[in-house]
Parts: sequence; structure tokens; C-alpha cells
Amino acid sequence: MILKRIVLGVFLITGMLFNAADGSAAEKKAKVGFVYVGPIGDHGWSYQHNVGRLAIARTFSDKVKTTYVESVPYGADATRVITKLARSGHDLIFTTSFGYMNPTLKIAKRFPKVKFEHATGYKRSKNLATYSGRFYEGRHVVGLIAGKMTKSNILGYVASYPIPEVIRGINSTIIAARSVNPKIKIKVVWVSTWFDPGKEADATKALIAQGADVILQHTDSPAPLQQAQKNKVWAVGQASDMVNFGPKAQLTAIIDDWNAYYINRTKAMLEGTWKSQDTWGGFKSGMVKMAPYNKAIPADVVAMAEKAKDGIIAGTVHPFTGPIKDQSGKIVIPAGKTADDGMLLGMNFYVEGVDGTIPK
Amino acid sequence: MSELVVPVLLTIITASTPLVFAAAGEVVVEKSGVLNLGVEGMMIVGAVVAFAVGVKTESATLAILSGATGGMLTAFIFGFLTLRLLANQVATGLALTIFGLGLSALIGHGFVGKTFSGLPKIGIPLLEQIPVLGSLLFVHDILVFLSVIAVFLITYVLNKTRLGLIIRAVGENHHAAHSIGYSVVWVRMGCILFGGSMAGLGGAYLSLAYTPLWVEGMTAGRGWIALALVVFASWRAWRAFFGAYLFGGITIIQLHAQGFGVDIASQFLSMLPYLATIVVLVLISNNSSRMMLNAPADLGKSFHASD
Repeated sequence: MILKRIVLGVFLITGMLFNAADGSAAEKKAKVGFVYVGPIGDHGWSYQHNVGRLAIARTFSDKVKTTYVESVPYGADATRVITKLARSGHDLIFTTSFGYMNPTLKIAKRFPKVKFEHATGYKRSKNLATYSGRFYEGRHVVGLIAGKMTKSNILGYVASYPIPEVIRGINSTIIAARSVNPKIKIKVVWVSTWFDPGKEADATKALIAQGADVILQHTDSPAPLQQAQKNKVWAVGQASDMVNFGPKAQLTAIIDDWNAYYINRTKAMLEGTWKSQDTWGGFKSGMVKMAPYNKAIPADVVAMAEKAKDGIIAGTVHPFTGPIKDQSGKIVIPAGKTADDGMLLGMNFYVEGVDGTIPK
Repeated sequence: MSELVVPVLLTIITASTPLVFAAAGEVVVEKSGVLNLGVEGMMIVGAVVAFAVGVKTESATLAILSGATGGMLTAFIFGFLTLRLLANQVATGLALTIFGLGLSALIGHGFVGKTFSGLPKIGIPLLEQIPVLGSLLFVHDILVFLSVIAVFLITYVLNKTRLGLIIRAVGENHHAAHSIGYSVVWVRMGCILFGGSMAGLGGAYLSLAYTPLWVEGMTAGRGWIALALVVFASWRAWRAFFGAYLFGGITIIQLHAQGFGVDIASQFLSMLPYLATIVVLVLISNNSSRMMLNAPADLGKSFHASD
């Protein structure tokens, strides 16, 4: 048995050496690291971030080496992974999920020379920038289409966690939907995960059984869309164009396009002009895009959706324009006013038309 | 009422079936004295292989068979390492899960975004015509029926046959079993392979019937739940079956409750299936001596004839 242990030991040590060699061989190239919350094959959120990473690798193929760690759980694992990236000579590290906020901040303090970027968070420091997409702009367009396409006047929403990002999306959808059809209600099911195809599909089934005929999702797998196709109801893809999973069901999809942002920030890092800042890009900067519309959507509805999108780009349309009431009927955004970014970022109430209460 | 309840119950059946397969298979493995923590890894390999073959051949039968084979081959790695090289079972099992997740991502790379038509529903003649109950119990895809048959067979074989007696003897006291001439290694290898193919079937059910698609990590922790169910079931296949349905049932009912706007925090509802599992676990294990009697005495111990 001793021989076997020796063989095993040698095996492990070579493995470690390989790891170490990996760190030193790329000395000349700058290193950009990514931390993903899901697998890059989720075909949603993490997939799109990885598309952005590949764009960096293509654009700066001779100057930059990119690495990534996928499916990193929140908490101690995140701290460990981010620390390891910082320690192994990365110059710029993107942590791409809300739950990485505190670990990223803590580690950024410990590694002042490394530059960090945290997606969807709000805590910044000298070497920690934040960035996110104004996905609620996409949800506004989706809400308009859903409002026109529903027959049952019930929209179903598969939601992940009750954070402002998700609540804002629900509100943006229902405000837009009710602007074209005031009878609409939205039912929300929280699945307490970003990624579990089975559970997301189960939640979709529950919503359809309760009358929803347009399924919206704020989770990362294509399972809700696929389930919608099976039950012959409409759905909207999340984060990337998921049309393959439900060609008949997908009305459109909200696409997160990080490519331009990632390339710009890597360029700034290479040129030494990188600064900590906050970026919140929408349709205008191209960070949020709409996938091609389903052919089954009537032309006037598509025209309305496109008009809203153009209006948002031009600044004449704002998804949160008053008067907007919360569930109790209290006016939260007065007529003629729009919600400012502060209100949007901290949104923790449902507007009128949402069924149920926000889990506390 | 029935048009509301039947869909819920049908969803419960689909949510529970993968757990039934994986847990029932692991019962056999652990009864033979082997603790294989790699259920998640075997499941996901089963899922990806089944899906890949399904997409390539469009044959549900081939897809299911390859899912079982995929799980079995993954289990073979575990068997070889723990039985032949006497590697630590806990560490090897954990490594198998990590390995399985990585390997499945590699195999599945070209299959992301593909779709499979799903498994055809089979109705049992005559019985399927019973109102309500017929569509609920007797019209399913082949894997659902297979999961029930497997549980019956496992219970029968473990308790009523000579083979079951040998498996249990090996799990309770491998030296005694060895001394009366049974090959501990081969019995255990057989059980490990069987457990692997069952986990593979559970995975195949996920990628062929539950959500007929392939995305990385789609088992999402179900292998770990199956492992917990084995202890929950105090190493009895039929109890594992009910445990899986209890777990699946509460998961689904809480999703529906949310849709109805039941005013309970969704975090609490999400916790319920786990909570229920723990509560039942506490109730059935309050008699610790009986609990100990159920656990195979040599569970997790490596065997070498020279020891």
C-alpha cells in the first residue's frame, strides 16, 4: 500500500506544481479573472458574462490572459476563490453576482494593487468599481408585450431572491403591462435559487396551473421557457437569447451584453487609466438588448415595444414614471415625476397589481 | 377541485422520481457497507450521457440505457479506487462528485441549447380509465413506473433472498462474510455498480423527462438530498421512497402556495422540505439503539483480506 500512497503523493504534488507554473509562466501578460455564480453553460447570466470574458480574450489576445471560476457559492467559498485570484497575480477581477459584494470589498482592501469590479452591487472603494445593467428597461418592453399578449390577464413570474434588483424587475414589468391593460395581475413565486432547472420548471408549472399565460423569469436556466413551450403559453428569455429552448413560446428575451464594458475596462487597466466608478448601462449603452421578437406578436405590438425602447434611449420614456402607487394604494412616485437611481437601487416594495407580499 | 389537485400531484411525482432512483440505489450500496458520497456526480454523468445519446439517436430506450451505463461507469471508478486501492470512501466519494460535475460539463459542451422530445407517456390498459386516479397513477413515462418497480425489487431482494442476505452480511461484518467464503470486494463492486446505474437513471430522468434539456449542474444538489434520504429512511428502500415523495411533495406544494399568495415567507417555505426531513429524522432516530441496528455495522470501512 505504501507504493500506492507514494504514487498518489507524487500525483498531487505534480498537480500543485502545474498550478504554480500556471501562475508564473504568464508573467508578461496581464491577467483578468472572473468569478461566476452559476455554470458557464447555464445559458443565462453566467453564460453572458463568459461571452464577455471571451470578447476580452479575443480583443487582447496578445496582452491579456483570462481565467474564470464558475459555480462559486456565496460565503466562505467566494472569499476563498476571490482571494486566490488576487493572490495569483490577477490585475483585474470581475465578481459577477450580488452576493459577492462583501467578500469583494474585504479582499479589495487587502490587495490594494489589484483592481476589482463587482456586478450589481453598490459598495465601492478605491480599487473596487461596480457595474450593472438597467435590466428594468428591458422588463418595461417585456411588460408592454406581455400586457398585449395575455388572455387570462395573469402574468407568472419565477423569481430568485427578494433583493431590489429582482423586485425592481417585477415592478417595471407590471407597471408597463398595466399601462396597456389595467386588469392585469402578476403572480410571483420565489424559488430561493438562481439556478435549479427542476425547481424553476416546477414553479412555472405552478404558475401555469394558476392561470398565468405569460411566464417571466428572474432565474438563470432556460427551464421556465421550455416548460412554457410544453404548456403552450408565452415566456420571455432571461439574460441571453434562449429561443432554442422554446422557439414557439419565447416572445423575446432581455439580453445582457457585457462585451463592450469588459473590453473598455480591460483597456483602461492596460493603459493605466482605470478608476473606481459606478456604471449602470441600459439600452442606450447597449448593455441591455432585446432578442428578436416572436413572429406571432402582432406588428402594432412590436411597433409599440420598439417605440418604448427608442423612447428610453432618447430619454423621453422612463419605466418608473408617476403616478405610481404601492400595494396599499399610497402614491410612491407622484404624477409627472420619475424614480431616481437611489429609489430604484433600494426598491423594496411592490407596486399595485402584484399579488402577494415580498418575503422579509 | 380535481383539475387543480391532479396537476399538483403529477408535478410531485416528477419532482420525486429522480430522488427515488438515487436514494434507493444508495440504500443498496450502503447496505453492502460502502458509503458512496458521489451520488451527485453519478447522477449528473447519467443526465448528460442520457441526454447526449437521446439527442443523437432520438431513441428514448437507448437514452435511458446509456444514462444508467454512464452512472455505472462513474461508479466503477469509485469502486476501483475504494475496493482495489483501498482509498478513503468519504474522500473518494466527494472527489467523484466534483469529477462528475466537471466531466459532465465537458461531455455536455456541444449539447447546450439542444432539445429532446421527452419521454412518451405510457398508460396501463384498463387501469388508466379509472377517473382521476387513472391519469394520476397509471399514465406516466416508463421511468416513473421503473422507479416504483425498482423500490419493490430492492426491498424484496434485500429482505427475502439469499443475495440480499449476502449483501447485508458483507455490510454488517465483512470479515465474517469473507471467512465463510464470500468475496467482499465483488459483492461490494456489484452493489456500487447497481447504485451507480440507479443514480444514472435518476439523472437521466432529469435530463430526459423532468426538464428535457442539458445545462451544467442541472442536478442542483439532488444527489445530496438522496444521500440524506438514505439515513432518513434508516436504510430501507421503501422508506426512502416515501421520504423522496415527502420531500418532493412539500417542495411543490410550497411553490403552489406562493402562487396562491399564502402569506408565509418564501424563505420559510423553501426551508420546509429540509425541515420536515430533519423532524422525521429526529422522530425515527429517537431510539438510538434501534437506529444503530439499522445502520450497516461496517459502513464506510475499507476491507482488505490481510487486515
